[in-house]
Amino acid sequence: MSTFTQLAGSLDWSPLWISLKTGVVATIISFFLGLWAARKVIKKDYRTKSILDGILTLPMVLPPTVAGFFLLLIFSRRRAFGIFLNDTFNIQVVHTWLGCIIAATVIAFPLMYRNARAAFEQIDANLVYAGRTLGMSELAIFWRIVVPTAGPGIASGTILTFARAMGEYGATSMLAGNIPGKTGTVSQRIAMVIQDGDYMTAGFWVVIVLLITFFAVFLINIITGKHMKNVRKW
Amino acid sequence: MVGTAVKKLYADIHREIGNFELNITIESEASRIGILGASGSGKSMTLRSIAGIEEVDSGLIRINDRVLFDSDKRINLKPQKRNVGYMFQNYALFPTMTVLKNVMAGMKGSADDNRIKAMEMLKRFRLDGYEDRLPGELSGGQQQRVALARIMVTEPELILLDEPFSALDGYLRDRMQVEMLEMLKDYPGQVIMVSHSRDELYRFSEELFVVRKGEILRHGETKAVFSDPVKIEVAKMTGCKNFSDVKILNERTIEATDWGITIELENKVPEWLGHIGYRAHYFEPVWGEREENCIRFDLVRVDDLPFEKNYYIKPEKTEFREDDLLCWFVQGEEQKRVEQKGLPDYLKLTEDNILLLE
Repeated sequence: MSTFTQLAGSLDWSPLWISLKTGVVATIISFFLGLWAARKVIKKDYRTKSILDGILTLPMVLPPTVAGFFLLLIFSRRRAFGIFLNDTFNIQVVHTWLGCIIAATVIAFPLMYRNARAAFEQIDANLVYAGRTLGMSELAIFWRIVVPTAGPGIASGTILTFARAMGEYGATSMLAGNIPGKTGTVSQRIAMVIQDGDYMTAGFWVVIVLLITFFAVFLINIITGKHMKNVRKW
Repeated sequence: MVGTAVKKLYADIHREIGNFELNITIESEASRIGILGASGSGKSMTLRSIAGIEEVDSGLIRINDRVLFDSDKRINLKPQKRNVGYMFQNYALFPTMTVLKNVMAGMKGSADDNRIKAMEMLKRFRLDGYEDRLPGELSGGQQQRVALARIMVTEPELILLDEPFSALDGYLRDRMQVEMLEMLKDYPGQVIMVSHSRDELYRFSEELFVVRKGEILRHGETKAVFSDPVKIEVAKMTGCKNFSDVKILNERTIEATDWGITIELENKVPEWLGHIGYRAHYFEPVWGEREENCIRFDLVRVDDLPFEKNYYIKPEKTEFREDDLLCWFVQGEEQKRVEQKGLPDYLKLTEDNILLLE
């Protein structure tokens, strides 16, 4: 135990802050983007829906390194779009914290989108119609009726998105790299110290990740728990 | 505004989805309009079209002089702009909002004024004290009152009630029917109620439209539709149980071929007569001597209900099909009489109660 406290004292904590920051920003982006995409997709007919759904879910099922490969293709400073970003807006993605965010967002977004979509599809369309006949604007209907009613599904989507974004490794390592204090996330730190044979430090980070993840799942159960109470056992 | 408001609804609605076609024209100046139809007849679709939450291929919808939809002039107001209140079968209360928030949801203007107005409305609907509850914590009847309060507070020009009592059970349903009339008493605009229940609509509506397979079969003053349904399908929907094909023998005599009797009438038989109908409650029992327009019968089955007895009888006709069974429903004094004297020898049809059908 004393070695653990010693370790904690002498540890470089930057990976935790980088991971948390990345997780929070990626979650916020995914939240709005996911709700928006879910809303758009459920309006479409069955065929278009299937196609769009496939595309939007792809980053979740692809190996993260494959997603990372595509991200590199897009944002590399030796390619058109990367050059454009760099020359016009002075924005660099590769090997920057922005890269962390983009990688985490792309990988975690489908979780938000899928959960939001599932929650929206459960909504009684009459609620929306009622809002319309009462004269509520579409925006008010969405934020005051649809989102609160879909609340538990959206909340669990948000938490899963955060957990996934925080733990992202594959795409992040390819796009943002592992620059200590800049793009070095917890996941990348674990991989790095294990390569050095430092199992003590790796173990320490693993415990922290376990705690955060468990807390996230616990939070989901609390939020959705109210509804679970009414479910009959079988 | 009460009493002086012009009330004139015109709705001509055409829609084709798959192999269902809706071709409905409703024109009415009545304050309480009923649409009677079985499920899938297109009656709810008609309401949704008027409210603007269902697509319409072509037609014209107008309240007084305000056009809501006109396919020729490419006018199609959003539901938000139609000023039409819609009460859904399941009330569609917003589950995460309190009763007060639900009522305030559609109100425009300052929140403080709205709150006062909403509280007044809640009080009027005997919901004061419930304003902070969630809809899920209310009884079915209370939920319905919230739904109506939420509509009334926006002062719509037309209110649409979509099967308003179908989510309620027995006793509450009866009570809410009376309550609904009471709550709508001071409402100056028109109200359309859609239902599959003839009792609900008989009680509620001044003018009745009977819908089947997307078309209006018959419309008119509610009582007239019940007493003179004209079409066999309409007669069935108004609750008539007994029908027979008819052969016209002469100006005042017809043969009810399914029942095997001839009927003498005092009025002239209309040329278009194809069927007659007779309501199960209207047979008169005759003991002893056979009178005019009587059916001799064999009893097939008796159903005992709390307040009436239903006799299913086979008419005297020689060849007999199962669906030719006649229904004779007996209640009250007559039921006592039958119990004392035993089954009558004949059932008599009275001319006033014979429904002349196409």
